Amino acid sequence: MAKATITFEDINITVSAPAGTRIIEISEKVGSGITYGCREGDCGTCIMKVTDGWNNLTEPSVLEDKVLRENMAGKHNRLACQAQVLGGKICVKPV
Amino acid sequence: MNKPPILSLGGIPQAVALSERVHWIGALDPNLRTFDIILKTANGTSYNAYLVRGSAGVAIIDTVKENFAADFFARLETVARYDEISVIVLNHLEPDHTGALPELMRRAPQARLYISQKAQTMVKALLKQNDLAYTPVLTGDSVTLGDRTLQFLHTPYLHWPDTQCTYLPEENTLFSGDVFGCHFCDNRLFNDEVGDFRFSFEYYYAHIMRPFKDYVNRALDLIEPLLPLTNIAPAHGPLLRDRPHRYVRRYRELSQSALHSDIHDGEKTLLIFYISSYGNTRRMAEAIYEGAMSIDQVRVSLYDLEGSELAPFVDLIEGADGIVFGTPTINGDAVKPVWDLLSSLVVINLKSKVGGVFGSYGWTGEAVKMVEDRLRGLKLRVPVPGLRIKLIPTDEEIELCRGFGRELAQELNGLRQSKVIDMADLA
Repeated sequence: MAKATITFEDINITVSAPAGTRIIEISEKVGSGITYGCREGDCGTCIMKVTDGWNNLTEPSVLEDKVLRENMAGKHNRLACQAQVLGGKICVKPV
Repeated sequence: MNKPPILSLGGIPQAVALSERVHWIGALDPNLRTFDIILKTANGTSYNAYLVRGSAGVAIIDTVKENFAADFFARLETVARYDEISVIVLNHLEPDHTGALPELMRRAPQARLYISQKAQTMVKALLKQNDLAYTPVLTGDSVTLGDRTLQFLHTPYLHWPDTQCTYLPEENTLFSGDVFGCHFCDNRLFNDEVGDFRFSFEYYYAHIMRPFKDYVNRALDLIEPLLPLTNIAPAHGPLLRDRPHRYVRRYRELSQSALHSDIHDGEKTLLIFYISSYGNTRRMAEAIYEGAMSIDQVRVSLYDLEGSELAPFVDLIEGADGIVFGTPTINGDAVKPVWDLLSSLVVINLKSKVGGVFGSYGWTGEAVKMVEDRLRGLKLRVPVPGLRIKLIPTDEEIELCRGFGRELAQELNGLRQSKVIDMADLA
């Protein structure tokens, strides 16, 4: 299975994870500062900044796009509870 | 004795002139004692709204809280007709400034609404009007009233994302929204006539603006080039016509670090706060302190939470690079002095500071995880997993504490090694 490496820049930890893993499945276990609310893509609490490897994540859904817009998210922001890794290298940090 | 401006004539509220073309049309709320749940106000507040008359139109800048709308409209009507209003500016969407807006737009339907770019996502949720038409503006945008011009300054997060200031260059007057405001109600209105409002000004800054010091400094970079101003017209409290530059300067002073720092260039600061019932968490704190001290270029301080009021600690934390909390677990929770300090930190910006938690426990030890979660919620980085030790630390465990301190200090000065983990190894 394809693997991705996700670096949580706030805590300087890199995790190797299979394709399809959501960031939420890893970030809390390693202690990253990305915080969560509803955990289902509705509240916008878990907005994170993707500093590298934007294209190594799944495309945001229409719903995620809407939540990002409503929360005035920046250009390289995603919801950590929605974004799944596809492979390659990804770097993220809390906003 | 100073003669107060005439706010009411024959029972009818009157507008008050700042100049021939600029009038205050706000409202006084002398009986308010608590504002927004969090702020005390010993003599009420004011909701300041303004009217600017140009040769080709009239602008209204901000409105008032809904239940003071009658005063606002009465004052407006003493200096303008509704069909003359071409522009409505909202410097801030909070309900105490937009309460009268729906009715104003009903009475002046031809007027165009100007709000900040960031206000767009909030305006419909606040006003519950889906068909609302408006023009979003940023720094550099302006609107003309003929021989008067309104220029917009993008000053977000003072204290909401939407906040902006509006400048009237022909009169050197800045309509500053909540910036330079305070909750102080005095019918003499102007800063050279009202009672002593210095405490209110500082208190308002400390509770409303202080968490956003970085944004205050950026806003001041836009405002200071406008000096000397003739008037600063804030959305609450006295109108600042006497030496308004003093208030700009005071904001700059207040937006520097709360404490003078003796830290050398390149040196980082780590503060360790603890509280201990039987001395076990204290022993952990001392070992963490030792460990952190062994790392170069990190200045470490150790404080017992029992020994101080909270306010000085808040000032210390605001200027620190890293903060560590030591708490025992009692009845499944962290102890109250720790929560009290954490809940006091809402007035400062903590984003990206390094945090850490440790503590001794008897049988369950939930406190460390709880406080770690709180630190993450406050946007601190928590790079080193919390350290929990059951009851009395052994020599080996004391060494673990030293290592915990070393790791945190290394994180601060950039020497901590990055870690690579396989997801399958995560618990």
